[in-house]
Amino acid sequence: MSVIYVLLTISIVVAILFFVAFIMAVKNGQFDDSYTPSVRMLFEDELVKEKSKIKLTNKTNK
Amino acid sequence: MNETTCFHCGDVCDEIIQHDEKSFCCYGCKTVYELFSENDLACYYDLETAPGATPKEIAGKYDFLTQQNIIDKLLEFNDDSKQIVTLYIPHIHCSSCIWILENLHKLKTEITDSQVNFGKKTVRITYDASNFSLKEAVLLLSRIGYEPYISLEDYTTGNRNVNRSLIYKLGIAGFAFGNVMFLSFPEYFQVSGFWIEQYKVVFRWLMFAFSLPVVFYAAQDYFISAFKGLRAKILNIDVPIALGILVLFVRSSVEIMFDLGSGFFDSLTGLVFFLLLGKFFQQKTYSFLSFERDYKSYFPIAVTKILKGKETPIQVYDIKKGDRLLIRNEELIPVDGILINGNAAIDYSFVTGESETVQKQSGDNLFAGGKQTSGIIEIEAIKSVEQSYLTQLWSNDVFEKNKEESFTNLTNKISKHFTVTVLTIAIIATSFWLIVDASKAMNVFTAVLIIACPCAIALAAPFTFGNLLRIFGKLKFYVKNASILEQLAHINTIIFDKTGTITSNKKSTANYEGEQLTMEESALLKSTLRGSNHPLSRTLYNILDEQNIVTLDSFEEHVGKGMTASYHNNNIKVGAATFVGHQEEAKVLNTTVHISANNSYKGKYTFYNSYRKGLSKLFNNLKKNFDLAILSGDNEGERENLKKLLPAKTKLIFNQKPHDKLEYIAYHQKEGAKVLMVGDGLNDAGALAQSDVGIALSENVNVFSPACDAILDASKFNQLDKFMNASKSAIKIIKWSFVLSFIYNTIGLYFAVTGQLSPVIAAILMPLSSISIVVFTTVCTTFLGRKLQ
Repeated sequence: MSVIYVLLTISIVVAILFFVAFIMAVKNGQFDDSYTPSVRMLFEDELVKEKSKIKLTNKTNK
Repeated sequence: MNETTCFHCGDVCDEIIQHDEKSFCCYGCKTVYELFSENDLACYYDLETAPGATPKEIAGKYDFLTQQNIIDKLLEFNDDSKQIVTLYIPHIHCSSCIWILENLHKLKTEITDSQVNFGKKTVRITYDASNFSLKEAVLLLSRIGYEPYISLEDYTTGNRNVNRSLIYKLGIAGFAFGNVMFLSFPEYFQVSGFWIEQYKVVFRWLMFAFSLPVVFYAAQDYFISAFKGLRAKILNIDVPIALGILVLFVRSSVEIMFDLGSGFFDSLTGLVFFLLLGKFFQQKTYSFLSFERDYKSYFPIAVTKILKGKETPIQVYDIKKGDRLLIRNEELIPVDGILINGNAAIDYSFVTGESETVQKQSGDNLFAGGKQTSGIIEIEAIKSVEQSYLTQLWSNDVFEKNKEESFTNLTNKISKHFTVTVLTIAIIATSFWLIVDASKAMNVFTAVLIIACPCAIALAAPFTFGNLLRIFGKLKFYVKNASILEQLAHINTIIFDKTGTITSNKKSTANYEGEQLTMEESALLKSTLRGSNHPLSRTLYNILDEQNIVTLDSFEEHVGKGMTASYHNNNIKVGAATFVGHQEEAKVLNTTVHISANNSYKGKYTFYNSYRKGLSKLFNNLKKNFDLAILSGDNEGERENLKKLLPAKTKLIFNQKPHDKLEYIAYHQKEGAKVLMVGDGLNDAGALAQSDVGIALSENVNVFSPACDAILDASKFNQLDKFMNASKSAIKIIKWSFVLSFIYNTIGLYFAVTGQLSPVIAAILMPLSSISIVVFTTVCTTFLGRKLQ
């Protein structure tokens, strides 16, 4: 069998994998709200700072 | 002057409360701040300055959340240990709001997860149901200034399913388009040879497989729409599109089956992909706005019923004639009823747009939709919810009518001629080839139908209007859909509501007539007004100059009449003419407040509406192109005032009931007018529905506006003429893109008619025409948007 069949099969399988991933993402509602996640990801730093502060105060209390 | 603003809510502080070296406008704001700082949530104030809202007094308001049947309707998920609820919170407006609401678990450990959808202004809260309840969650939110809004609408709709089918279709078409394009590359460049001869069968059948879901799933809307159109004997734009898709698919399949050629699968999938892209682009939705509101989104979900001295919350649909209901301050009256006891000051602004409250005595009739504004009242229901005066308006037929269906848009108008022309060309070309070379006849017939598939025409309107929708949205003019924009361009008559539309709700002006008040009397008047909660007193208090506030020796308010007060040796009476001992003059239509001091009549304040900025200019700009009219539910008190402000030929019609407005518009429509109605209150709902385009004017777009086609932010009211002009220009852009696409079609038809249409030419010509139309319309509308700003 020619190598072209192998290549075609691989390329189509990969394409279909991505396609299934896309369908799953839509189904999970990832495209429903395109704004909030963009803001949410910027909070990460604040939260870490917050937590470390709490830990520090806890330590001093002890 | 440097005013101190509240650290929490940003409002100007009347009296400053100092805490932690920060100033607050009230104890409510201070409490929220304390709560946040105690729980290490002060980061809330770092993200945005003054993001909060003052928590309101809500004692008893959410008692209905203990009723199991109501809880069941609101919850999204419910088992013994876990409950999930999605609440609509109108105050969500900045990143701080997202942050605090997603950190609710720090305030209450029972809340396991909370997730904000900023666009929809909702928060989805998951909590441990064993020692926490929905009511406690709502109370917690209210306490931190994020009071959820729970209306009757939540009760009836339940969980809504999101329709994502267009995204799926677009995904499938795009996926197939990309793959088919790759698979057809070998044959574009190598027409013959050993390699291609050996493998072309595989490539072709793979393309065929990819095109199947595109034709039978992604493109199904076009077939359905074309079928519906044909059944109604209308040649809409989807008829030639569906024909093109069908011919493309059949011819391509036949070609590969009998090894005649490679088929047009690339053009087929590309065509569907571009068409769907246009649809997707046009579908701009404002998730935080609703254009379909009826009374349900205004009405409370439950009300307190008094039975044998006991208060129980009941669902409003369960209210029966004769029930005793308790209406608290700031609550809406859900049914028509009779006032039994209490001090009723009803604000009918939801219904009429008129913000002035109406005083009622016990025994008076109260209408559903009014909002109680002073203390607790008891009413007896005389009708059920559906039969109330206001809710009956929704049984009118206009609310059933679908405006889009009765409107033939530009694309469909063109498509009628287009389809006929294409079919004629196809038949003539085929008959010609039948005589000259019969073997080519079928080839030419299908080629004409393929190349003439009006992809570019079908894309012109969606991209132009889709882009314009976004531009308008940025300028705070929110239009429901593209078809409304097109109808806006055909308007020739504009009708305005008066109260709340051309007048501003917030401000009103008052003129004083009579004897000049002395310094002491003025100070006394201001101090007296300060003690009263009557809206007229509040308005007058705000208008009057600053005075030294004195502590009154005595103050008495007489409901529905006025008030008396005294300080040292002076006494003052403020209120209705008869109350202060003055003969009422006949025919006074404007609201007046009379004043007498030390038992002698001084004078009166007459209130006038304050009109929106730029009103005269707007009307003068509009009068050239439109017939203008004002329909008001009020009396004629403002007629003279309006005549001065507005162009001479503006029609002024007063004393219009909601149904009269609707009839007036229907009458003009019968005479051929295309009517644009601009209104605000629920009383305009009928008129907004009847008109060709109904625009609701809103001081705050996040709050409520009646069902309409577009929502205009009140601050942009004076730009209305520019929006109208822009929509007219959009029609011109579309017409020019039609010209452009006809040029492409003519070139394509030349290849088709002469029998030279090869897959490569189709694959180049079709995307090229589509893309150039998209670029042309996008550039033009962006230019148009620049001019608007």
